[in-house]
Amino acid sequence: MLELTKEEESALKGEQGEIMQMAYRILVATGEATDAKKLIPIEWAHLSGVNYNTIGDAGEEFLSNISKDARVKVKTTLNPMGFDIDNVKNYGLDENFISKQLSIRNSYETMGVTPSFSCIPYEIFDIPKNGTQVAFAESNAAIHANSYDNLKTNKESAFSALASAIVGKSPFSSLRKNDTPNITIRMKVSDPNELTYGMLGFFAGKVGDTSVNISGLVEMDKRQSKAMCGGMGTSGTCAKFIFSDGDPDCEKIDFDEKEMKNVYDELNTAEKGDLITLGSPQLGLDEISDLTGKLKGRSFQKRCMVFMPRTVKEQARKIGYTNELERAGCEILSDCCTCLTPLINKDSVDAVTTNSIKGAFYLKNSNGIDVDLKSLSQIIEDETR
Amino acid sequence: MKKILVSGKVEGIVLKSNLPINFLGTVDKKTGIISDQNHDLFEKSIKNSILVFPSGVGSSVGAYTIYSIKSNNSAPLAMICQKADLTVATGCALANIPLIIVTDDEFSSIQNGMKISLDTNSSNPLEYQ
Repeated sequence: MLELTKEEESALKGEQGEIMQMAYRILVATGEATDAKKLIPIEWAHLSGVNYNTIGDAGEEFLSNISKDARVKVKTTLNPMGFDIDNVKNYGLDENFISKQLSIRNSYETMGVTPSFSCIPYEIFDIPKNGTQVAFAESNAAIHANSYDNLKTNKESAFSALASAIVGKSPFSSLRKNDTPNITIRMKVSDPNELTYGMLGFFAGKVGDTSVNISGLVEMDKRQSKAMCGGMGTSGTCAKFIFSDGDPDCEKIDFDEKEMKNVYDELNTAEKGDLITLGSPQLGLDEISDLTGKLKGRSFQKRCMVFMPRTVKEQARKIGYTNELERAGCEILSDCCTCLTPLINKDSVDAVTTNSIKGAFYLKNSNGIDVDLKSLSQIIEDETR
Repeated sequence: MKKILVSGKVEGIVLKSNLPINFLGTVDKKTGIISDQNHDLFEKSIKNSILVFPSGVGSSVGAYTIYSIKSNNSAPLAMICQKADLTVATGCALANIPLIIVTDDEFSSIQNGMKISLDTNSSNPLEYQ
């Protein structure tokens, strides 16, 4: 049972207002679900639940209501929304969507949230010192924070992260201590690229509980590690991987060519795409630099949407990368992402080519669009001249 | 029963899946119909059911989907899971949908189409009829 201090009890009873009561009710449910014994302070919350496409009218009204009184107590950053205001007029999005999306943005800003509109907070903000307790919704970011950034977070839900931001505390659950995985995945696929790692992550999410060991990995670049976090966040509840062989008595399971083919067959539903998307998770500056290098002099033969945070777009513009990408035919979009974007819909697009496992899952299930999965180097080989 | 995450009292018919559910993107937030063709509840509506499934998985925004289906009157009457996850726990907490976590044995004994009464305040919270 979660034990509350007197002050916390009083908030739960509603003595500190309705917003605090709601936030504590969410934290208590979170605490019970994760077998936490107490609440502890957090230093940073990252919220999901921003895109009108995903939260709908109910979400928009909820945020509009609570923003009258709710204020965040700690540094709080925000996931992508549905479009990039700079070029939304090119995409024929209806007025209702745009006005509801702007209302959502306004509600978050009123609450004191930094409008970062990014699913890669770990790449665009300074990382606090080792062991800092944070509350990240956005599954890929929670996994990245726990696995690569020495931060500690639950795989928060949109509501548990919001409640943590408002209260400044989160339940002290197993992932915030030192969780010991009960399974080790042995990576058996040779010569992996980011698509392989995305599929490994998707597989790991299905077999793992709160955390997994992964053995047999060689050094990974940012694109590969982000792909793995995105894949794992999509398929499971697992929020951390540890690069270890695990205890001798820990259950072992192989990720081999056969398992990889199972994931591929589940998510790959087309042989070619009408357009290409790069970025889910959004691309960071390293990936933009690498992409620009790979494209030298080549151009895409069909539409290619490239998603990145606004801050990365600004940096890329200064260095000259955005010019180069536009020359190669890329459409650059900030503040939004492949995942659950309303800018790709089945009235105009049958299939999308992407290297993102996370993007593939949501394009198929939410947008109803088929997916052609390929690694970035394969995409450049097949789709540019 | 292992834990009560959101209390309440309801009666209804079980809709059971042995697969986890990613609420974001695979459950229609207006109708409560499942759109994932790889899921055993594909094209079924979870509206007004006692939804029994192993756990929620995937996106953190799924909590908003649960809140939305409740606002759109398409939510299950209650949910019963084998494993607690934060998306389902907090979505149900905000939407006030009763949610309990059951043991593996109880989970396997609950069958599709069964009538169940759930009363989290009773000494016998789960009764099969």
